[in-house]
Amino acid sequence: MVSVEFLGPIQIDKKEFDVKSVRELKDELYKIPELEDWLISCAIAVNDKIIESLDTPLKDGDKVVLLPPVCGG
Amino acid sequence: MESGKLNNMVLEIYKGGVPVMDVLNRWYDEFKLEGYGAMIPFIGIVRPDNGIDGLSFDLYLPLLTKWFEKWQNLPDCKITMAHSFGDVMVGETSFLCAVYTKHRREGFKYLEEFVEDFKANAPIWKYDLKNGKRIFASDRAKPLPQSGILK
Repeated sequence: MVSVEFLGPIQIDKKEFDVKSVRELKDELYKIPELEDWLISCAIAVNDKIIESLDTPLKDGDKVVLLPPVCGG
Repeated sequence: MESGKLNNMVLEIYKGGVPVMDVLNRWYDEFKLEGYGAMIPFIGIVRPDNGIDGLSFDLYLPLLTKWFEKWQNLPDCKITMAHSFGDVMVGETSFLCAVYTKHRREGFKYLEEFVEDFKANAPIWKYDLKNGKRIFASDRAKPLPQSGILK
């Protein structure tokens, strides 16, 4: 299973998914209605590295985080 | 304070406002003999805009640390930083950094570049505190440059 954490203002608890790539994870995430408004503006990190391809493979134990728009300072 | 020095990196995280003068004093004492002729601090103060009582912050430390590490290998400049999580009231400070260079000119340049990069890339989320509520500051938030792959 791959764990997915939703950071900052996304009010959804951590979830686990049985997926083999970020592309497969994307399909699962679009099934969650509360995420609909967030997904297009999120960046994704796998094991704390921001990724830039949907073809990034995922394996058992990987940790994914969704990063919504930021504003520090 | 949650994290201090990692590999000589000074990134300090505070619950609530940053104790500005204590931190600056400590940094000054620590680095004043390292050959830098200029220490330029930037103190980010919470403004009383739009009737807010304060701001509140979430941050994701693993990626904040990685982002900050990229600023640690400049040949002619050192940067230290402190940031808050949780509630920071009007008049308090949520973000403090200092740039250390031989001369002021390159220091001001680095400060501007660093704060711009911080605003665009640091994994931190800001909320307004108003009437006892914590409201995401969506009007000030910007998608990370790597966002959009889930479109």
